[in-house]
Amino acid sequence: MNDKEKLRKTIIPIGPFHPLQEEPEFFKLYVEGETVVDIDINIGYNHRGIEKLSEAKSYDQAAFLVERICGICSNAHPLAFSQAVEDLLGVEVPERALYIRTIIAELERIHSHLLWLGLAGHFLGYNTVFMWAWKYREPVLDIFEMVTGNRNHYGMNKPGGVRKDIAEEDIPKISKMIAELIPAVDMFKGAVLDDPVLHARLKGVGVLKKEDAVEYAALGPVARASGVNIDVRKDEPYAAYNLVDWKVIIENDGDCFAKTKVRILELYESIEIIRQCLKKIPKGPIDARLKEVPPGEGIGRIEAPRGECIHYIRSDGSNSPVRHKIRAPSFMSVPTAKASVVGQQVADATIILASVDPCYCCTERMAVVDRKSGKEVISSQGLVRLSQEKTRKISLSF
Amino acid sequence: MSISSKAFTKSLWAFHVSVGSCNNCDIEMLDLLTPRFDVERFGIVLVGSVRHADLLLVTGIVNRKGAPRLKKVYEQASKPCLVVAIGVCACGQGIFRGGYNSYDPVDKVIPVDVYVPGCPPKPEAILLGINKAIEKVKSKK
Amino acid sequence: MAKQLIFDIKERLGDIVFQMEEKSGKRIYLSVHKSDLRRVASVLHNDLGARFSTASGMDNIKNFEILYHFSFDDSGKIISIRTFVDKDLPSVDSLVPVIGSGAEWVEREMHELLGLDFSGHPGLKRLLLPEDWPQGKYPLRRDFKNE
Repeated sequence: MNDKEKLRKTIIPIGPFHPLQEEPEFFKLYVEGETVVDIDINIGYNHRGIEKLSEAKSYDQAAFLVERICGICSNAHPLAFSQAVEDLLGVEVPERALYIRTIIAELERIHSHLLWLGLAGHFLGYNTVFMWAWKYREPVLDIFEMVTGNRNHYGMNKPGGVRKDIAEEDIPKISKMIAELIPAVDMFKGAVLDDPVLHARLKGVGVLKKEDAVEYAALGPVARASGVNIDVRKDEPYAAYNLVDWKVIIENDGDCFAKTKVRILELYESIEIIRQCLKKIPKGPIDARLKEVPPGEGIGRIEAPRGECIHYIRSDGSNSPVRHKIRAPSFMSVPTAKASVVGQQVADATIILASVDPCYCCTERMAVVDRKSGKEVISSQGLVRLSQEKTRKISLSF
Repeated sequence: MSISSKAFTKSLWAFHVSVGSCNNCDIEMLDLLTPRFDVERFGIVLVGSVRHADLLLVTGIVNRKGAPRLKKVYEQASKPCLVVAIGVCACGQGIFRGGYNSYDPVDKVIPVDVYVPGCPPKPEAILLGINKAIEKVKSKK
Repeated sequence: MAKQLIFDIKERLGDIVFQMEEKSGKRIYLSVHKSDLRRVASVLHNDLGARFSTASGMDNIKNFEILYHFSFDDSGKIISIRTFVDKDLPSVDSLVPVIGSGAEWVEREMHELLGLDFSGHPGLKRLLLPEDWPQGKYPLRRDFKNE
């Protein structure tokens, strides 16, 4: 669509993923009647200049800085950064630290997927799913607080290993908590995957074809739901992922239902990985005690809840990185919204964009402005309400 | 205490603004709605428009794009409107201070009543912050 | 597997790669001239099936250096193409026509933060910086200091 055509269409904002955020332009939907014909994606509301700030920090401090890129995947960035430095140095991390890294990373995946499940439930009008998903998130956050000292922003990873150890007496508590999660995940699986109304809302909606997923270089559950078999934990195993048994979840339909199913089934795999790690974790040191970082370059990558998170470090032998490039997974997955939302109905727009699971800190809002009058056509809340209303109508017909 | 301020402090309606945050404080704030903390039993609800709000919950460092918006939101709020700055970033930009896109901290853009430091502050701390804002109103009149 | 990959690259590209560094079993860096960039990227992405992961630009004071990181998911290797760009002519061919939409955003980011031009890019406009950010100021350049 060229600019002239765009001026004649109505623009609709896509709501926030957080019901009460205010206005930034994130997605601008162009519609004809009820169908979305084009989309503009504008970001930059959370740009904080982190790569530049990192050049003024020491390697130790940089781990704390990158943790605060995102609140949900706050373990992913320090881990990728630590691995980049370890790649530069060519060091091996002690085995106990590898297991601890895996346990924390999988707990983070569980909390992130449950958070997403709650928000998706809210957008579809199932507020009960929202409340229950977040209620079951709480024990996971309690474990984080017990082991790391904080519910979020754990400060666990550092180049060379981890900062804190898991005490022996805490291990049975973690085992108990994840055992209690299994019936909860069973409940979500039944509630979400067997519900005919949700089938009607999610199946065939917002399809991302496999060739589009490859064209956009999509990552994480978004790619795996479209049949693209990529997962850094299997492709380039790090931490303890090649020391335990688990499988990558792939679906082929590429619609919102497939994306939901991938995330729910990944919860089971994460629980299984943690269970095995708790059994196999050896005694030993947790830190390789790195001293200096010589000149060189290194790349570290991990599978964050949203996909491959990659950090590149260039060092000149001083205490700070000369260049620290950070690429979060949502950077590649968010543009796929263009392929999956065009041609769909406006009422489905919220759930399609939510299923891309943009990391919160890139989540900004949308504004809907009618070009002719300059006024808002539908508010961001309005879009969420449209989606919830559609669910209500469908459930009445059952 | 006058009737209006007594009524004001009974059931605060809150509007949330995030300008350049990592969203951790926002999630901890949303946590207040969930069954463990259940802030609705105190009559506190999150509203969709700032014009209905008695309480403004601000998170984030306030970057360049966000500063004029924050100001506009505050101006649109009907006074009295309490402002609570949640998280170290809202209190003073935290680890992002000095960055090229960091504008001014929240209290240089709009007046702040209560600061809740933490990265992120626990939901109980946010609740305590809201409580302190209520006490501030009660002690004035 | 590693040897086969390197063999395939050497066979297809020959002297176009004027330096190949194997930093480790999983990290290989190929240095090429910027005029050969599209050819090398096409071989890695289209012929050998690599996935484009990201690109990192940096200011080396005497020149700019851009690294394009490609991931071979079957073997877990990352092969990075390294190319240097003159300070006086900070322009390079966009990879979007060759490897697809995956390169769009990252080239826009390098354009606004470093001042690099990507010819052939479908829409080279700002991505992260606000509209009122002054023209000609590039935050990731060495001479730009945080206040």
